[in-house]
Amino acid sequence: MAKILFKQQLSADVFLIRVHAPHIAEERLAGQFIILQIDLEFGERIPLTIADADTQEGSITLIFQAVGRTTRLLSHLETGDDIPVLVGPLGKPTHIEKYGHVVCVSGGVGTAPMHPIAQALKKAGNRVSIIMGARHKELLFWEDKMQAIADENFIITTDDGSAGRKALVTEPLKELCESADKPDLVIAIGPSIMMKFCAKTTEPFHVPTLVSLNTIMVDGTGMCGCCRVNVGGKVKFACVDGPEFDGHLVDWDNLMHRMSTYREIEKDHLCNMERMALEKEAEGK
Amino acid sequence: MSMHNTEHSNEIQLDEIAKHDVEQLKTLHPTLKMKDRLAIPPQAMPELDPKYRATNMEEVACGYSEAEAIIEANRCLDCKKPFCMDGCPVRINIPGFIKEVAQGNYDQAIHIIKETSLLPAICGRVCPQERQCQKSCTVGKTLKDVNKAVAIGRLERFCADYEREKGTIKVPAVKPATGKKVAVIGSGPAGLVVAADVRREGHDVTIFEAFHKLGGVMRYGIPEFRLPKEIVDQEIKTLEAMGVHFKTDFIIGKSRKLQDLIDKDGFDAVFIGVGAGLPLFMGIEGENLVGVFAANEYLTRANLMRAYDLNNAHTPSWPAKKVAVLGGGNVAMDAARMALRLGAESVKIIYRRGMSELPARAEEVHHAQEEGVEFCVLQNPSKILGDEKGRVRAMLVDRYELGEPDEKGRPRPVKLEGQSFEMEVDTVLVAIGNGSNPLISQTTPDLRVNRKGNIELDNPETNLTSKAHVFAGGDIVLGAATVILAMGEGRRAAAGINKLLAE
Repeated sequence: MAKILFKQQLSADVFLIRVHAPHIAEERLAGQFIILQIDLEFGERIPLTIADADTQEGSITLIFQAVGRTTRLLSHLETGDDIPVLVGPLGKPTHIEKYGHVVCVSGGVGTAPMHPIAQALKKAGNRVSIIMGARHKELLFWEDKMQAIADENFIITTDDGSAGRKALVTEPLKELCESADKPDLVIAIGPSIMMKFCAKTTEPFHVPTLVSLNTIMVDGTGMCGCCRVNVGGKVKFACVDGPEFDGHLVDWDNLMHRMSTYREIEKDHLCNMERMALEKEAEGK
Repeated sequence: MSMHNTEHSNEIQLDEIAKHDVEQLKTLHPTLKMKDRLAIPPQAMPELDPKYRATNMEEVACGYSEAEAIIEANRCLDCKKPFCMDGCPVRINIPGFIKEVAQGNYDQAIHIIKETSLLPAICGRVCPQERQCQKSCTVGKTLKDVNKAVAIGRLERFCADYEREKGTIKVPAVKPATGKKVAVIGSGPAGLVVAADVRREGHDVTIFEAFHKLGGVMRYGIPEFRLPKEIVDQEIKTLEAMGVHFKTDFIIGKSRKLQDLIDKDGFDAVFIGVGAGLPLFMGIEGENLVGVFAANEYLTRANLMRAYDLNNAHTPSWPAKKVAVLGGGNVAMDAARMALRLGAESVKIIYRRGMSELPARAEEVHHAQEEGVEFCVLQNPSKILGDEKGRVRAMLVDRYELGEPDEKGRPRPVKLEGQSFEMEVDTVLVAIGNGSNPLISQTTPDLRVNRKGNIELDNPETNLTSKAHVFAGGDIVLGAATVILAMGEGRRAAAGINKLLAE
């Protein structure tokens, strides 16, 4: 059980919570995630990457977009409420070393898990460039925090041009690859489709590209095999072998198919939930 | 023993026959000769009707009534040399407890069982008795049919259920506190047994569990219809009453390193019983298609996450209609029967050897057949085929025949050329075993593991690993095994720990 110490709405459906979890705060390294459950008896287990940790407060920071059943329920919890199940840190931490020029590309809520990685890379002596993308201005957050890390380029893109450049993140990424200051490493975190195209963008330039996969998981300890991905023709488990993999080796089409396994079922679920909520409301009146 | 669902089972019917017979038996009892005992018909296990049970999670086997238990117990010859005991991994005093059952002394019977076995309600249900105690039973040998051996497992279950339902379970006595601390990693059968045995000596015990519920494979793997969770809960309650501490949602190797348990948290000994790890796959094309699941995942969703409870569970369940289960062990049977209960129209077990080579417990195979699971033996898929959305639509299946025995003595399956065919399926459940879990070994460099990642023991007599004060047992040492073997390992390790801490 973990108490919510602080909650903040970052944009239309993106939330930040700080949760009391001293053990996780102490052990976690950049790139690792937790699994949480919103109901002890019937909740599902979802992975969320750790955005930050404070060992003094004994807390970790999680940022999530309320899109599925669990994240929506989580967004209804307030400061002082308990999350019944929170376990971690899971996954292998990001391998941090001095590469030279590193470009961190984040899309949407991907900025949250990117933050500690970018920080650690900078601390290891890398020159860090930041590219942050979102569909529109309202979905951006932590621009100031990320800008503070950027040594070289700090680029914001939006699909509709409401902030920064009207472009996809792959455009400035390609330009950096073509520039004299070609990156030594690219890390991309965001929706699968974004990571796929970041990897496609850097491939012709032979720039090593890491991606952090957010697959469906149950236990998160390698027991169930739900999170398996094809990487370079081999089956890997995102929970124990990842979540970071070489983006040039990931079978993206298979990954995206697998991510959609329960989409239709969940849609029905959500419809039912909303119907029940409406009915309850009607009863109340 | 208890009448659970008499409307849909043959419980009352069988019990009436038994009640009639038992009266006769009681008058004969002191004079029964070996010949008479051999003539007593084996008592059938009352069961739920297959059509009824295939749609719900109720326990299939209802358990013996008192009359049935007494009659079955009278079949035991009380052999001078009890071969049955040699077949039991924890050497339960089998003739001893059965003699008590035959005389109606159930409290005494359970007391004898518990001298060696700590989880009789569970083992009575899930042990492969036909390959252990009952395999060497003289009655079965004399009647030339292992199925006619004394039903030792059913009697064991009867005694344990009797005690539980009567509410007379005794909390084992705990010796005065020693001030020593022991960490048990994993709350499956091995871990629970270690916790009980070590706690009895007065040591302070904490069980660490990765999941939010205790019981390990008995919780997430073995389904309710085979092992009701209230039985697992009872075992946990007993440990709680003994003063064992539990820490759920805590993963040693991740939430805390094993070394820190010793260096920083003051544990004097550690037992690793983390169970089986990463599920194995066939390594064939199409295995990552949507609709292919490890049986572990399918069963965990259904059991632990309660996906079968469609109205309440948040965890989605895949709407499987035409299901193929790859493998022939207990996990395969569980997955197949679970798929039926979750609404599948057809479920096939695909196994590359023959019916008599199936590694599953005989009763599970029998139950699966009764419920309508189809056994496609001497078959094996070479490829899983998908549609344009990346979802399973069929399997390409080869046919096999049995050839020469392999190094383990099992007949080798030989592929028949030119006989492959397409089998239409929308779901494939893979149940061909598990590798080892890497989380502890990855973060504990001085813990020696073998090529497969299983922990190597420095001393098989005490289950001590290569690391001082660290013991291990169960599937993480053995590879995939059974509840009773894990329990046997646990008892040995506990004895090792108790000896170490007494020094």
